[in-house]
Amino acid sequence: MVGALNAALRDCLREDPAVHVLGEDVGALGGVFRVTDGLAAEFGSARCLDTPLAEAGILGTAIGMAMYGLRPVVEMQFDAFAFPAFEQLVSHVAKMRNRTGGRVGLPITIRVPYGGGVGGVEHHSDSSEAYYAHTPGLHVVTPATVADGYGLLRAAIASDDPVVFLEPKRLYWSSDPADAEAPASRAPAAGAPAAGLSASGAGPGTGRGAREGVAPIGRAVVRRAGTSATLITYGPSLPICLAAAQAAKADGLDLAVVDLRSLVPFDDETVCAAVRATGRAVVVHEASGFGGVGAEIAARVGERCFHHLAAPVLRVTGYDIPYPPPMLEKHHLPSVDRVLDAVARLQWEQ
Amino acid sequence: MTLVDHSTSPDLVGPPHSHGPRRDAAPLLPDPEPVRVLGTEAAAAFDPELARDLHRRLVLARRFNQQATTLTRQGRLAVYPASTGQEACQVGAAMVLRPQDWLFPSYRDTLAVVARGVRPIDALTLMRGHAHCGYDPYEHRIAPLSTPLATQAAHAVGLAHAARLRAAEDPARDERLVALALVGDGATSEGDFHEALNFAAVLGAPVVFLVQNNGYAISVPLARQCAAPTLAHKAVGYGMVGRLVDGNDALAVHQVLSDAVEHARSGRGPVLVEAITYRLDAHTNADDATRYRSAGEVEAWRARDPLTLLDAHLRARGLLDDAGAAELARAAEELAGRIRAEFEAAPEPDPATLFAHVYAEPTSQLRAQAAELSARLAAEAAEDPDGDPYHLDGDGFDADALTADGRGTEGLGGAA
Ligand SMILES: Cc1ncc(C[n+]2csc(CCOP(=O)(O)OP(=O)(O)O)c2C)c(N)n1
Ligand SMILES: [Mg+2]
Repeated sequence: MVGALNAALRDCLREDPAVHVLGEDVGALGGVFRVTDGLAAEFGSARCLDTPLAEAGILGTAIGMAMYGLRPVVEMQFDAFAFPAFEQLVSHVAKMRNRTGGRVGLPITIRVPYGGGVGGVEHHSDSSEAYYAHTPGLHVVTPATVADGYGLLRAAIASDDPVVFLEPKRLYWSSDPADAEAPASRAPAAGAPAAGLSASGAGPGTGRGAREGVAPIGRAVVRRAGTSATLITYGPSLPICLAAAQAAKADGLDLAVVDLRSLVPFDDETVCAAVRATGRAVVVHEASGFGGVGAEIAARVGERCFHHLAAPVLRVTGYDIPYPPPMLEKHHLPSVDRVLDAVARLQWEQ
Repeated sequence: MTLVDHSTSPDLVGPPHSHGPRRDAAPLLPDPEPVRVLGTEAAAAFDPELARDLHRRLVLARRFNQQATTLTRQGRLAVYPASTGQEACQVGAAMVLRPQDWLFPSYRDTLAVVARGVRPIDALTLMRGHAHCGYDPYEHRIAPLSTPLATQAAHAVGLAHAARLRAAEDPARDERLVALALVGDGATSEGDFHEALNFAAVLGAPVVFLVQNNGYAISVPLARQCAAPTLAHKAVGYGMVGRLVDGNDALAVHQVLSDAVEHARSGRGPVLVEAITYRLDAHTNADDATRYRSAGEVEAWRARDPLTLLDAHLRARGLLDDAGAAELARAAEELAGRIRAEFEAAPEPDPATLFAHVYAEPTSQLRAQAAELSARLAAEAAEDPDGDPYHLDGDGFDADALTADGRGTEGLGGAA
């Protein structure tokens, strides 16, 4: 996916002089995950700017740049290191359009590598999507395939609204689009490209499937059609769900898999149609469950699909604990087994 | 373009990566005594017309503060953080800017916003509680009043930086604009203040930071806020020029701020100005200042009221007489009357604005929520037509009229 993200940035920089990339180590280094590789060389240090180390300063500066008509694309180095920018994000980025009666929009894209499963030590594996999704005024999207990495990032940069663009770290090195019967579930072996303290990955993806065009923000996609139950997921958990669907075939179950792609705006229509088609649903994400995005989804589905449901909507999520040390993270992350266990609890006996 | 043009920094003494001092600190240091004009020899040389203009604006500014405070007592403003005693800074900040420049005010700077040309009612919309920002930031080149302390300082940096980038790409666009960010003394402790100054200096952005040091952050005196020799000394740590000025000396404020703005405009980098002043009123109408400062202290500062100081100067130089003062008083009353009239004429806020402008394109969820509130209000109005503050005539507001920003109508009676 790294290649697709890089291609999206490159194409946007090429097409629109208003697009500017800024963040920590995005210049000569190309970012710790290499997403901005080669951009400073091609577009100059002003359009791919190495900033001082200060996340609130980065985002605050991007706000002023956007007010002047630029389209800043901010890179936060890691999920947990976006937190210093939280005040700028919540108090200004999210609210500026509303508080100025529509006069000042902020077309800022905030790229945040997120999630675990990459062997990172603490503060390198957080899933922060619920904070962002809870903040009116932000769009929150997360690609799970290489093609969406390209298409959604292009859409985010083109959007006139601020977009928090969550990049699943453990899919950075995936090179295959996750498609229906051949899930791109892989956690590559070794040698993360200078990815700070994380310890897996196999270099940038080839970007196959990239440049397929812009993916619409606000539209979920059914990655796998099915008739028995519906798995609703996004980002790093999509490959798990596709693998679970594959495995469930042995039990005679035909699971549908919905990839949300966009947490805000939320695609009630696609999600509800997919749930009504099966009458059973499990929401899967690796962020902690309490107060999480999955709780919102379960509530929405319950409110809208009650009479179609044969069982309560279940959730498979990370536990309600601070992100665990890497040697223990496998217990915390949703796994194929945990997903299948949840499916088994969907009151099939009735 | 190269981002930081070190050739414009004559005091750069080493390559950027050297570990020794990279520039000479001396030219950046503020004078230990604040710059003063009133009561010095420089006063006689000060442009008399400019001095009279400043005085006139100060008189109006003081009346504005009084009128706004009265409106809080009448319950017509939810809150008003008065800048009484700080009018020289407020007026000076607006006056030194050119039309292409931008102002980034904080919550105490309503007056500076009005002094730059915004209608009082629009500048006070935030404090009335009707809408967050009542003026068009692009029309006036004024960012919304910022309540989260020091956050707006970084916006000033980004905007000034962007303007410079654009000018480098397209010289025809070179507006040579300067961004002026206003913060209080307490706000200088915030991380965002530090980050903004550092970014401005590293990027060489044309920004002036004006700290109105009124001695207190609500109840906390500066001594508990900061141990630096002066706040202006902080500039040196970032490699920018620091200047200290008597914030109650309107002539000095104008002079120091003009110099700072032109310094930034000429590409010589940002400037930090500390203006030493005093807030004569409480923090806001909701504050009880007697809990943390003595009446004696306030009286001592009242003797240094910026208006009194300038008044004395003009009278001593024969630039103001009783007739002139009476004329000014009439103009001030006229302003106060106009503010009251604007308040009388201002409509109630429109509930449709709640759902407008959250996103460029309203989400389906927001449309549904708008429809729900509209139906509820319509039902209430139908039940009690006399109690219908929004004059919805039983129809509710038109939730379907929620349309995308910048494309036709802006929601029914939207904020625009
Ligand atoms: C980030 C943040 N923290 C706390 C507050 C609450 N608050 C509002 S004004 C104020 C004092 C600020 O003092 P100073 O910067 O000296 O400005 P002054 O009010 O004196 O003009 C505080 C603590 C705030 N607005 N923003
Ligand atoms: Mg103060």
